[in-house]
Amino acid sequence: MKRLVAFVAGSLFGIGLFLSGMTDTSKVQGWLDLFGNWDPTLAFVMGGAIIPMFLAWRFTDGRKPIYAENFPAKPQSNINRDLILGSALFGVGWGLAGLCPGPAIASLSFGGSQSALFVLAMLLGMRLTPQIRSKILSSSAT
Amino acid sequence: METDWIMGLVGGLVIGLAASLYLLGNGRIMGASGIIGGLIDKSGWSSAADRIVFLIGLILAPSMYIFIFDIEADTKATTNIIILILAGLLVGIGTRLANGCTSGHGVCGISRLSIRGMTSTIFYIVAGVVSVVLLRNLWGAI
Repeated sequence: MKRLVAFVAGSLFGIGLFLSGMTDTSKVQGWLDLFGNWDPTLAFVMGGAIIPMFLAWRFTDGRKPIYAENFPAKPQSNINRDLILGSALFGVGWGLAGLCPGPAIASLSFGGSQSALFVLAMLLGMRLTPQIRSKILSSSAT
Repeated sequence: METDWIMGLVGGLVIGLAASLYLLGNGRIMGASGIIGGLIDKSGWSSAADRIVFLIGLILAPSMYIFIFDIEADTKATTNIIILILAGLLVGIGTRLANGCTSGHGVCGISRLSIRGMTSTIFYIVAGVVSVVLLRNLWGAI
């Protein structure tokens, strides 16, 4: 059943991303282009996604997941260098191509060579991150 | 324009529903970069099957939707190979360093009122705005 839940969640996620316009890089970049011809769509996507999730988190209080032992523990709210640096690097890449990980994967079937190339580079980046973290960033670790 | 916002909201609600299902069913955070990254760096191999099934749904569902409703789908992504590769690398490294992306930190984090999620979201949005504004206005590349 866990597999079925994962499949249905992945499918809904993909359809939601496509319907909302998140797989359209011009809408994402249009939202980030604050000082140009600003496109507000992405704010509606974020708002729409947060509403059910806010209720879902409320519902987890004192309960257990249906097919797992417990809900993920809330991470300690420590704001460290990796969080800030990583988010900033991610943001620059997101702006450059207008794709973030979910929509990039969701667009693989129709995004042609652009989506494929972006995803390959993203996977390579993910593959290299442990080495980058230990070899380059650890010297100045906080 | 209004229909774009409505579709954004509808798609957003579907994304939120997917995240709620994944949380309440499997007790997991629906974060695209975490689900993919855990497969790439082996940190999530104990739940590899769930992750793979999720990703299959994520790729398959939009393609089925586009096929069934006979829609023209296009990411409108840049054809500049250097920008695509650079953006993919930055998104891959950044999301793994920050341990989350738009879905994990954005949707799941903000809805949980997580300080880390909100901090990350602020940084990647600001970085994304800077990246788009600089490229569009100074460089004219995208």
